[in-house]
Amino acid sequence: MLTLTQLDKVYKTGTFGTSDLHAVRQVSLDVQRGEVVSLIGESGSGKSTIGKMVLHLLDSTGGTITFDGRDVTKLGFRARRDYYRKVQGVFQDPFSSFNPIFKVDRTFETLRQSYFPKVSGSEWRSRLDDALAAVTLEPDDILGKFPHQLSGGQLQRLLIARALLLDIELLVADEIISMLDASTRIDVLNLLGELKARGLGILFVTHDLSLGNYVSDRVVILYKGRIVERGDTTAVFDDPLHPYTRDLLASVPHLDRTWEEVEAEEAGRAARLAGRCLYHEAVAAQGRSLGEEAASAEGSGSGEVPDGVGLVEYAPGHFVGCFRKAAEEPCPAGS
Amino acid sequence: MRKENGMTATQPITGPVTEASEQPGATGSPSGGRKPGGDARETLYFALRNPKVIIGMVVVLGFLLLGLLGPAFLRYAPMDYAGPPMAPPSADFPFGTTTFGQDVFAQFVAGLRSTFLVGLLGGGVSAVIGMTIGFVAGYRGGLIDELLNMLTNVVLVIPGFVVLIIINAYLGVRSVPMQALYIGVFSWPWVARAVRAQTLSLRSRDFIDLARLSGVGVGTILRREVAPNMYSYLFMTFVLLFGGSILTAASLDFIGLGPTNAMSLGLMMNQAVQWSALHLGLWWWFIPPGLGITLIVGSLYIMNVGLDEVFNPKLREM
Ligand SMILES: Nc1ncnc2c1ncn2[C@@H]1O[C@H](COP(=O)(O)OP(=O)(O)O)[C@@H](O)[C@H]1O
Ligand SMILES: [Mg+2]
Repeated sequence: MLTLTQLDKVYKTGTFGTSDLHAVRQVSLDVQRGEVVSLIGESGSGKSTIGKMVLHLLDSTGGTITFDGRDVTKLGFRARRDYYRKVQGVFQDPFSSFNPIFKVDRTFETLRQSYFPKVSGSEWRSRLDDALAAVTLEPDDILGKFPHQLSGGQLQRLLIARALLLDIELLVADEIISMLDASTRIDVLNLLGELKARGLGILFVTHDLSLGNYVSDRVVILYKGRIVERGDTTAVFDDPLHPYTRDLLASVPHLDRTWEEVEAEEAGRAARLAGRCLYHEAVAAQGRSLGEEAASAEGSGSGEVPDGVGLVEYAPGHFVGCFRKAAEEPCPAGS
Repeated sequence: MRKENGMTATQPITGPVTEASEQPGATGSPSGGRKPGGDARETLYFALRNPKVIIGMVVVLGFLLLGLLGPAFLRYAPMDYAGPPMAPPSADFPFGTTTFGQDVFAQFVAGLRSTFLVGLLGGGVSAVIGMTIGFVAGYRGGLIDELLNMLTNVVLVIPGFVVLIIINAYLGVRSVPMQALYIGVFSWPWVARAVRAQTLSLRSRDFIDLARLSGVGVGTILRREVAPNMYSYLFMTFVLLFGGSILTAASLDFIGLGPTNAMSLGLMMNQAVQWSALHLGLWWWFIPPGLGITLIVGSLYIMNVGLDEVFNPKLREM
């Protein structure tokens, strides 16, 4: 449904935009209906930037975004309005998502004025009640309150309800539970599961690996703006390949195995993969040496993935990128 | 008198302005982080209990009423040769008469009207320009921001008062609204800067993004999401601009660059000095306009400080 192809984002920073900050590099991923895709990476890895580009809150620098086959990389005001009927977002900080000086109802009122000016008051009210019921909120507890009178969990569910009023197909959820306390986290997570069952596609952005494991069908691991590994959740979590993913997973507790088992398995994997780079091995196996790849990246530029930021399919549905970490570092396999 | 002269004449635009740009600035971040609103009633409650606001308001409204209702009770027009020359205050002429026997009270009332008109129009013009530029620059960012910023800085470094003197001298100022317009056109930069800064910090809040996700246009977002968070600030800004315009107009009038077809408080002082009221001891000619301007402008600033306390709970004296 949603497909990102070689998406790039360069921020101009410094006075007069003199220096560049390459926040997102050649990111390709897709989200299908009825599927949760987790975008996992540490803070500053470019997750929110990707989410905002998908939501058209930021312009992309390169690459394409398509939705149901239609190119939506550049949209005018009208087209964007239509796009937002199908694609909505919820953000990390629920308290910053509401204008603090107005009652929360106003968020819904804005939506109504913008998209449903002809819907009658009573009809709107019943739709609102339905949407609130879907996120297990009681209208009487919520409506007519100011944001500071509600909890973060309630506000996040309100925002999801807001998205549901539009009958959306894709939800971009940017760290929506990281600011909630543990007891409400699980409610919101379960709610996402229900939305998925209804056929929604969800791009779930998180820095928390275990959350990604809990909700998602597929995961995308991001490091410094580059996808290092991507695949079905079970494949990536059971057999992490990229050094960065392995580092991350090494610190996550497993319920079904002891630390010793996990460490032994990781030690075996580390020994097997040390000094190697599956990406460049695969590229070389296709008949191109490292040098050729670099050369072709400089020369052609015709859809060619430059500079080893691409991915190879190691196992069906399990992709991995070059084993260096930051884009500036050399490949551990040497070149 | 001398003290007042000093104040009106040597404190051109920059005087009240530098002060002004700092005062509301001290309120700090956009008042969004402030108490959640909708509590207009609460604000009013504190406003009506703040002595600074009350005193300021009473004085300003008192003069306004006098200006509005006064003419109905006058028997003479401001320029009429109405009575004996140089008469001290009496029952017939509460503020006495000028060297030519003009009724000083009639002039004072007419002058009040121009004073408030200049404040309202001049303050209004600069508020509209400054806020528009500030909102657009802060919200759009990028090239538009840089261009508007450049414009703001250019107008900011232009010595506004000097330009006003030149404009007035060359083009001549026939009417009070014309004068107000000129003043307004040169006193908006600090407003634009402050509004831009606040807009910039509000823009990065998620609720702005959410409004965009609701398919709402830029104008609507500025009007419905950004500006309401700054209402208190914008109101205080207007109060300051109002006072600043009055002061600038009075200074221009005083040095003889006032409107030619109207009476104003500054013009009264100008004429008083021109006809040696000081040496002739005609204190009733120059004290009322001088005191009037001082009281009005002073009250506006006091009111502004009071409003700051009202809008900013941290400053409230409990
Ligand atoms: N508006 C911006 N201007 C310049 N740099 C930015 C901007 N927004 C984010 N960045 C930078 O881009 C990188 C990625 O940021 P972000 O997408 O917010 O990361 P994440 O959401 O994964 O924490 C960071 O290094 C951040 O400093
Ligand atoms: Mg983020």
